[in-house]
Amino acid sequence: MKTENTDLHLNDPDEIFEDARQYMNIGPSHPATHGTLRVMVRLNGETIEKSISEMGYLHRGKEKIAEHNTYHKFIPHTDRMNYCSSLMNNVAYVMAVEKVLQIEVPERTKYIRTICCEIARVIDHLICLGIGAVDLGAFSFFLYGFHQREEAYTVIEKLCGARLTTSYTRVGGLAMPPPDDFFLALKKWLDTFEPVFNEMDNLLTENKIFKDRTIGIGAFTKEQAMAYSFTGPCARASNINIDLRRDQPESGLVYDKVDFEVPLGKNGDVYDRYLVRMEEVRQSVRILRQLSEKCPKTGPIWCDDKRVVIPEKERVYNSMEAMIHHFKFFMEGFDVPPGEAYTAVEGPNGELGFYIVSRGGPMPWRLRVRAPSFYMYQSLDPMIKGQKIADLVASLGSINIIAGELDR
Amino acid sequence: MPKDGSPEILTTTVDAISNWARKNSLWPLPFGTSCCGIEMMAVLSSDYDMSRFGAEVVRFSPRQADLIICAGTITMKMAPVLKNIYEQMAEPKWVMAFGVCTSSGGIYNAYPVLQGIDTIIPVDVYIPGCPPSPEGVIHGLMQLQRRIQTGEYSKASRVRGRELGKLTGGDHKS
Amino acid sequence: MTETANANAKLNEKYDAHVARLQELLGATVIKVERDRQNVPIVWVKRDQVVAALRCAKDTNGLEYHFLSDLTAYDDVDGVDEGQGRFVVVYQLYSPQSKTRLRIKTRAEDGQGVPTATVVWEAANWAEREVFDLMGVKFDGHPDLRRILLDVRWQGHPLRKDYHWRKYQLFNDPEPIPEHLLKEGL
Repeated sequence: MKTENTDLHLNDPDEIFEDARQYMNIGPSHPATHGTLRVMVRLNGETIEKSISEMGYLHRGKEKIAEHNTYHKFIPHTDRMNYCSSLMNNVAYVMAVEKVLQIEVPERTKYIRTICCEIARVIDHLICLGIGAVDLGAFSFFLYGFHQREEAYTVIEKLCGARLTTSYTRVGGLAMPPPDDFFLALKKWLDTFEPVFNEMDNLLTENKIFKDRTIGIGAFTKEQAMAYSFTGPCARASNINIDLRRDQPESGLVYDKVDFEVPLGKNGDVYDRYLVRMEEVRQSVRILRQLSEKCPKTGPIWCDDKRVVIPEKERVYNSMEAMIHHFKFFMEGFDVPPGEAYTAVEGPNGELGFYIVSRGGPMPWRLRVRAPSFYMYQSLDPMIKGQKIADLVASLGSINIIAGELDR
Repeated sequence: MPKDGSPEILTTTVDAISNWARKNSLWPLPFGTSCCGIEMMAVLSSDYDMSRFGAEVVRFSPRQADLIICAGTITMKMAPVLKNIYEQMAEPKWVMAFGVCTSSGGIYNAYPVLQGIDTIIPVDVYIPGCPPSPEGVIHGLMQLQRRIQTGEYSKASRVRGRELGKLTGGDHKS
Repeated sequence: MTETANANAKLNEKYDAHVARLQELLGATVIKVERDRQNVPIVWVKRDQVVAALRCAKDTNGLEYHFLSDLTAYDDVDGVDEGQGRFVVVYQLYSPQSKTRLRIKTRAEDGQGVPTATVVWEAANWAEREVFDLMGVKFDGHPDLRRILLDVRWQGHPLRKDYHWRKYQLFNDPEPIPEHLLKEGL
């Protein structure tokens, strides 16, 4: 006999527990949480009535560290924020510093930086989709994606020597020009990647089990998504047509020289986010092919401004002034004039922004990182209210929370 | 058995066999927090297969695992959680500090970061690198296996790092 | 090169038009208007009328800054930006229609509260919690103002200029679960 205590019930036809509630802690160490997140839920049977999400288990104090380090010393820290796509973070940060300095980099550097951004986007989407699929039980999808990530690591290693934490860009240019066979290796990787990606697509997109588990789950309407400051693939899946690659031609990357389409979803549920990400990978491959044709293969990669460029090694070894310049540059850093700027790029997860306040001197006064995962993790509580506990895992996987950028 | 408890041929043979069995069937608990977690996943997947060494079965419950791989920065908020999980594991257990953040705090010498997990739990093998290359991880795993085989993993011989008391609220020069 | 110059010129026109519109609508709420290094307008508003300014930027036809890109704060302990109040709270807004950005700033003294922006955007909820956690700026009317990035038992606000960057605080047991929040109604 059911009691009439209806104030806490959600009209669940399977409800047999009446007033009994279970409080479950999906703790910071859990196979299905991506990194260190904590969600505490109040369950009525299997239905989630209320949830509280906690973060901060990976807060490393990057913004405070930035105030005590020069601008160049922060570049390795940017790698480790969204560690699945570190090239993108590098590019975004140095572009932000260049905007405060008001310097322009040569064309070749812009092309190579855009190529880095697109490679980063592909590998980040591969990991997001892979881990999302693993959480739902589809293990082969993850392994195929991971193997392609390893192949991409070989390409990135050719470019800058590191697999995961690249630190490739510098303020005013790049650390080193790409080697001569880089574009060939890139093209070879793209050629092997596309058929494998089509196979991965065949595995999941029309798969009845996958569709049953993802359609209608975690749906967010356009108004809700705007209120929660969604950006990136999750926003586009909710039919918000914002893409900073297309909307910011003055940014310093060469997206206006290539054609690409921006996929939009309709319902904003987990399946739409999956489809938007899959299509974005295809568009990124298309962009990469066009860029590797158009990129100038010779030319300077450093800007002309002598304040931020280190002198050439020959001059450093042979002239006293160049050696002193080199020494002071690395020990004390370069001065940035007072002022501030907020620079945003379209990261794989959403709008990645850097707000730099400079009071003169070699260290920033305030460096704020606008991380896309921060604003999207906030929406987890309303997203899963009333759904089952298994849907929490699916929704969490679709938002693509990277704990490194969430907590900074 | 001699009166002073020193091992004889029967117990040493049994020890050798049981250590061989233990080292070749480690059940890791991947405690991956940040970037090293991705490298750990890369080592566990097919390109740099860790299951060749027997460490294939990843168990996310501390009661079922015997090797805890701490991969990624451990912050002050996460440290009690790590200690909790370590204490729930049953003996014999081993700890692998994967990456420089767990070995010594890494590039983060700042207020919320624990400067090395050896301040709160004893560590058996440290794998440096930011993140360590997968070959380095496999080398570290093989070192751990060597230690297990020789029986060096007893509690007395584990490395205990610096006391955190000297770091917390002590003199902090810039 | 001329393409970027053209794009920049068009953007500057839009910025000028938007700033003029805001000043005319808000009147005395606006203390001053500056430009940053990329010519994005910075509008300083009075602390108690910041929500009205945000609403005006969001809802007016022609301005339509529907998007809250970011909400943050910095510590102006030296008083370089003139004004009353140690902390400067910064709101970064983006307009998807006109593809322009706007920055609204306000100041608060240590201990003074700033009206919460959660009534305008839900996204401001956690951003304000983070500002409270790291800077110590309180927000009046916030539904649940507690620490987010650091342990609830942490003493001090690390991002302030007088907090040393290596002052560690280690706790022996895990954070207590906020039971009262879960037991409350929906």
